[in-house]
Amino acid sequence: MRFLIIRKADTSTEAGVAPTEELIAAMGRYNEEMVKAGVMLSGDGLQPTSKGARVKFSGGQPRVIDGPFTEAKELVAGFSILQVNSKEEAIEWVKRWPQIDGGGEVEIEIRQLYELEDFGPSEAIDRMREVGFAKPR
Amino acid sequence: MRFMLLVKADKDSEAGVMPDEKMLADMGKYNDEMVKAGVMLAGEGLQPSSKGARVRFSGGKRTVLDGPFAEAKELVAGFWLIQVKSKDEAIEWVKRVPFPGEAEIEIRQVFESEDFGPEFTPELRAQEERQRAQIAAQRR
Amino acid sequence: MTVSDAHRAIDAVWRIESARLIAGLARIVGDVGAAEDLAQDALVAALERWPESGVPDNPGAWLMATAKHRAIDLLRRRSLLQRKHEQLGHELADRQESAVPDLDAALDDHVGDDLLRLMFTACHPVLSTDARVALTLRLVGGLTTEEIARAYLVPASTVAQRIVRAKRTLAEAGIPFEVPRGAELAARLSSVLEVIYLVFNEGYAATAGDDWMRPALCEDALRLGRILAGLAPEEPEVHGLVALMEIQASRSRARLGPSGEPVLLLDQNRARWDQLLIRRGLEALRRAEALGGREGSYALQAAIAACHARAHVAEDTDWERIAALYAALARTEPSPVVELNRAVALSMAFGPAAGLELVDELRSEPALRTYHLLPAVRGDLLDRLGRWREARTEFERAAALTRNAREREVLTQRAVECARREADALRVPAPAGPEA
Repeated sequence: MRFLIIRKADTSTEAGVAPTEELIAAMGRYNEEMVKAGVMLSGDGLQPTSKGARVKFSGGQPRVIDGPFTEAKELVAGFSILQVNSKEEAIEWVKRWPQIDGGGEVEIEIRQLYELEDFGPSEAIDRMREVGFAKPR
Repeated sequence: MRFMLLVKADKDSEAGVMPDEKMLADMGKYNDEMVKAGVMLAGEGLQPSSKGARVRFSGGKRTVLDGPFAEAKELVAGFWLIQVKSKDEAIEWVKRVPFPGEAEIEIRQVFESEDFGPEFTPELRAQEERQRAQIAAQRR
Repeated sequence: MTVSDAHRAIDAVWRIESARLIAGLARIVGDVGAAEDLAQDALVAALERWPESGVPDNPGAWLMATAKHRAIDLLRRRSLLQRKHEQLGHELADRQESAVPDLDAALDDHVGDDLLRLMFTACHPVLSTDARVALTLRLVGGLTTEEIARAYLVPASTVAQRIVRAKRTLAEAGIPFEVPRGAELAARLSSVLEVIYLVFNEGYAATAGDDWMRPALCEDALRLGRILAGLAPEEPEVHGLVALMEIQASRSRARLGPSGEPVLLLDQNRARWDQLLIRRGLEALRRAEALGGREGSYALQAAIAACHARAHVAEDTDWERIAALYAALARTEPSPVVELNRAVALSMAFGPAAGLELVDELRSEPALRTYHLLPAVRGDLLDRLGRWREARTEFERAAALTRNAREREVLTQRAVECARREADALRVPAPAGPEA
């Protein structure tokens, strides 16, 4: 199973405050543990929303809005993708997140990726199979 | 440059509603275009937050909260990771996502390591961060 | 937390911590069997305490501390403590209370080495292949007996016995808990890589309708490979194997069609290839080559897989390069099957006649006598050359040789098509197809 680990943003990440050497070292050690355990597929930090944009679709028509965006706690500051055996294992890894991140205040969200094997039988899934998009159980 | 394209969640994605055949076919074609153009690095759908969790670190304490989480508009339902020449190109790709009705995609630039670029796997990053930490420790 | 919540959390902790726990204990007591028993004791203690006390902040340390007390008791009973302390360079006979912190320090320095020792020991060639696979998945992979049994479609009791016997064999043979050195290293490493790739293929070759555990086997093999790459980063063939597995795994979502039938690589929808895994595979290949491992067997196979991975559409495939890589592989590991693959690549690069020349030579290979892909490939090349009568014969022979019903259907169908083409060319009525 794969999980997307989302490090929520905060005012510091949105302000583009550079991480301390101590945090870099701690995150480095943490990431290295996951790499050495063979569970880390990918991981990156995201630049503040001031460097980003949003595209809103209405009636299928796109409209571009430049960042920055408010409500830091809604935003994503970084992510990693883990390959583990269970949600509990993903949680166990996230519990080991460096405590000094965010000055001790940080929220991490854990979301499971869709794998095709997850889909149970249903008419919609059978139709997906017909168009060649699902692996049968 | 790399960008993460975050697809915002809505009631349907949080309810685990499956896209219809047309949507699936259109998305498949779109993904295919991105692959053929060599810009696709990853593209995945996220299961509803009911299958997820949050871990909050605060005041020295650590709390695990199981989903679901309210505020669908705060949540992510899917993402792409793409490699393009500029933010404008990223925006161009996003405008072509075959969303029929209402949707929102956030475009965020990924921090790059100057030396390694997009081939920078977690293994290399771990190595680099370790070296940086060692150098920093030596300086103190 | 509820007991079942706690158990799931403990299972997760076990998967993360057990290999290092067992490895560290094996270093203390010198025997993987005893080490695993001690680790299991600690697990039992966790299952008893944690539902009430909660999972500790540092579960690995808790398990190790719990197991270590018993380890020291065990050593005392074996009167080995004195010798161990001499080995560790400590005077502990008088200070048995502080034995734990000293062992702590020694262990922390050697976590990676211990895990490497564990991998080499579990894959020791004195053990049968089945035993090595079971022991590795159990001790290094952290899989339960039940998980291994389900993956290999054998009863759990069979797996349990295999593991018990394997541990006994290691103990009786006096296999030391160490990383092999010098001349021995290459062969022993080869044994480890073989075990990992066997696990991968067990999962990868799974056909439609199999239990969901099968893809998990690929994931477990990849995980073991990545772990090994972290432990032995100087070994090019480790990175070569990881590269091969990452790239092969990248295709898993494209390998089955809507009715569960296998889809050949050249027919796969490449939009469904996992680009993240491809990137990881290409990077691992680069590492292998940077370490001078370009001609290694796994690195070459990975390089071939990389050629396919780099082609966004099948038409863009660099067949000349693939043919050259198969030639290099044939030099490293001469094999008629490699030659057959090279023939296919040659035909794609230079036309069917080029491939046919090589395939005709292979017809006298005893190893390929009952290999259905030889006549299948020959049939395909003859078909493309318009030699339909001969092609039909080859396809019929291939259909008779294959044990896979799906494949037999496909090959039979090709024979029928060749018959039709021949008939059209001669402008005579088509002969009746082969009996169903």
